[in-house]
Amino acid sequence: MVRRLLRHRVVRRIASTIGTLLGVAVFVFVMLRAIPGNQITAGLGTEAAALTPAQREALTQYYGLDRPLPVQFFSWLGNVFTGNLGFSARAQRSVLELTLSSLPVTLELAVVSIVLALLIGVPLGMLAASKPESPRDVVGQVVSLAGLSVPAFLLATTLLSVFAAELGFNPNGRGFATLAQDPLLNLQQMFMPALVLGFGIAAPILRTTRTAVLDIRSNDFIRTARAKGVPPRRLQFKHVLGNALVPIVTMTGLQFGYLLGGAVVVEQIFSLPGIGRQVLLGIQQKEYAVVQSTVLVIALAFVLVNLLTDLLYRIIDPRVRAS
Amino acid sequence: MRYPFRTSAGPLVAVTLAAALAVAGCSSSGPSGSASGAAGGTLVVGVTSDPDTLFPWKATQFQAVNVLQNVYGTLTEFGQDLKVVPGLAKEWKTTDGGKTLTLTLRDGVTFSDGSAMDSADVKFSLDKIMDEKTAAVARASLASVSAVQAPDAHTVVLKLSTPDAALPGNLASTNLAILSSTDTEQKLGSATNGTGPYKLSKRTPSQSLTLAKNDKYWGSEKPKLDAIEFRVIPDESSIVSAMQSGNVQLAVFDDPLVAKTAEGGNLQVAKTPQLSYHVLQLNARHGDLANVNVRLAIQCAIDRKQVLDAAALGEGEVTGPITAPEFKSDPAQRPCPQRDLTKAADYLAKAGKPDGLHVKAIVSQGEYATSVNEAQSLKAQLAEAKITLDLETLESGAFVDRWVAGTFDAAVALNGGRPDPDGMYGRYFTSKGNLNKVAGYSSPKLDQLFAAGKASTDEAQRKQIYSQVSAELENNAAWIWLFTGFTYTATTSQVKGFVPMVNGSLQYLRTTTVS
Repeated sequence: MVRRLLRHRVVRRIASTIGTLLGVAVFVFVMLRAIPGNQITAGLGTEAAALTPAQREALTQYYGLDRPLPVQFFSWLGNVFTGNLGFSARAQRSVLELTLSSLPVTLELAVVSIVLALLIGVPLGMLAASKPESPRDVVGQVVSLAGLSVPAFLLATTLLSVFAAELGFNPNGRGFATLAQDPLLNLQQMFMPALVLGFGIAAPILRTTRTAVLDIRSNDFIRTARAKGVPPRRLQFKHVLGNALVPIVTMTGLQFGYLLGGAVVVEQIFSLPGIGRQVLLGIQQKEYAVVQSTVLVIALAFVLVNLLTDLLYRIIDPRVRAS
Repeated sequence: MRYPFRTSAGPLVAVTLAAALAVAGCSSSGPSGSASGAAGGTLVVGVTSDPDTLFPWKATQFQAVNVLQNVYGTLTEFGQDLKVVPGLAKEWKTTDGGKTLTLTLRDGVTFSDGSAMDSADVKFSLDKIMDEKTAAVARASLASVSAVQAPDAHTVVLKLSTPDAALPGNLASTNLAILSSTDTEQKLGSATNGTGPYKLSKRTPSQSLTLAKNDKYWGSEKPKLDAIEFRVIPDESSIVSAMQSGNVQLAVFDDPLVAKTAEGGNLQVAKTPQLSYHVLQLNARHGDLANVNVRLAIQCAIDRKQVLDAAALGEGEVTGPITAPEFKSDPAQRPCPQRDLTKAADYLAKAGKPDGLHVKAIVSQGEYATSVNEAQSLKAQLAEAKITLDLETLESGAFVDRWVAGTFDAAVALNGGRPDPDGMYGRYFTSKGNLNKVAGYSSPKLDQLFAAGKASTDEAQRKQIYSQVSAELENNAAWIWLFTGFTYTATTSQVKGFVPMVNGSLQYLRTTTVS
């Protein structure tokens, strides 16, 4: 019975997901402890040198640093299962509250970035593939090279200085507005950071599109369709692009995971209160529970996106469904 | 050490922006005008990080102190020139050969929750700060206090074990804020209850913190702004662009490169010299550095102006140990006021190391903008004197750990200064000082000088004593003092009445207006 259950795809998938998340939890716990310093020195800085032994002991107890590491790990993990992700002494808020306010910001940023990346990458990729080795192909190559090689912080600061200093357009200098509070301001605040992130991932999408389109066009079924008199526009979009979608979706799914983690720099520069900044602040302040729980949430989101990508292929590619 | 958290991308971003904009020249402009504007309105202050605590007795982070000093009151305060002026205590006098300090409290002071402040609150606060279990960082400032008495509601008597001339100045620290005896650390973690000009009205962690005017503030001059919003913009360059587009009206920078990009347009940048100082700390109890001639050789091999020019674009001035205006050391009064490689070689020969030696130095990466450049400049200069500086560049957490433990031969550091030289160096360079392990140097002569400086209330005499302290530190090359930098207060043209201070304080937000 158990063996048969384990053979079932969905069960296997869930088991491997739990395994992955546990692995992430242990890894992050160990890595965090390997960073020098703790919450006491992070908060007091060099003033920590002036603490008397009794003061130090009082603080160690307050932050729970006096308990053995395995006890710290399992009590945190146990709490996570009950929905208690820990408490941030800096923010005087629960990590769950912090995460619930910051995760949507990063998710929105990721979605807008993906949309921008697809809007840049797919058409340029198709254009490049329509006439290989032509000037338009070279344009595509240059754009993707720039997307891959220009670092996010450089693009971000350049955009900010051009828009803010020259044009006076700087919605990111105002207090952050959520989509519910002020949709117009929110979208303006998302625009520059999403452009920076989207430009970076437009490059792999562009290349993937170009390769996939060229690959599929050389297939027999396309030649057959053309011979049967399918109009060029229909051929391009239904037959060629439809089939090229599988690698594009895979690539986009992979990039989405990168976006969740890679948003740190961009959130920092554009002062978006997202999950990347929460992790960064947690690391700076050595707020162990904040970092551990937030990374676990990011890992969960990553796993879920991968699962979703898997399901999407099944819908767009009947061959995967069959196997 | 001052302890602002810096963003990891900060310096890189700053360099890029500076190059991109290629803004030339950083001419000094005065403070943002003393003319007062109309009352009311909200001032937005750009800060790179959120306060890490709202509890004043434990706040050491720069941002936290800046916010909390507008919320909590202290017994004494510092005036613009860093002289001690009355705060919650309207006057004080020393009797009993310096062993009793009697403070008279101001009338009609209330906390922002409406309760009256009296001597019981002061006694409660000072007793708690002295209790080790509270883990209050300013406990050592009260080391000479043996008992706190509150004979009546308006009088507080401090009984001292030894005379302590530095005590009135030390009481001005936000870490010695007077709290209501009914408050607890837990209550004050998310709400404030102080006697200062402002009180906390709203906080969104890691985004913004807003202070509202405290209508019950005791000062003769009431705060003019209705509200001050400290808006968190983690990157200094992004704060500059937020100011250029008018979303933020005031910000304090410590990176000269960022300050340069802020100059011009509708922004004014005021430069203020700082009490904090850049220094090459030598641990005179470790290895070769135990030999005074080795330390003097290092001192003679360094051109401080060159370090300042190379690391901080020349923005600052060469300094001796004491940086407070009233007690300032003269950097020309040191064994080698100018770089002198011949003398350095002589000292090395005297130390029995004519062929040179290796010194290991820890350097923090990312804690302040100029650290790595300073270390590189020092290394290059010392190499010409056959002294090899082996640099160990550490992430700031690791640096703090090593620094706190005192496990280093040399350290390139930016240490915080204080208005009173005893508060500044007594804890480092007396044999019983609580930072003496970190300082790595003490002597009977220094112990005696610091004791004399505390015992004397005569200003001229204190100045004379601390110039001897200064000479003693330099003649023994306890550390190599390099330079003091500036902080840069950028304001838009709407901001009036703000006075930047040498100790980096934002206390004059209480006189600031915005139009």
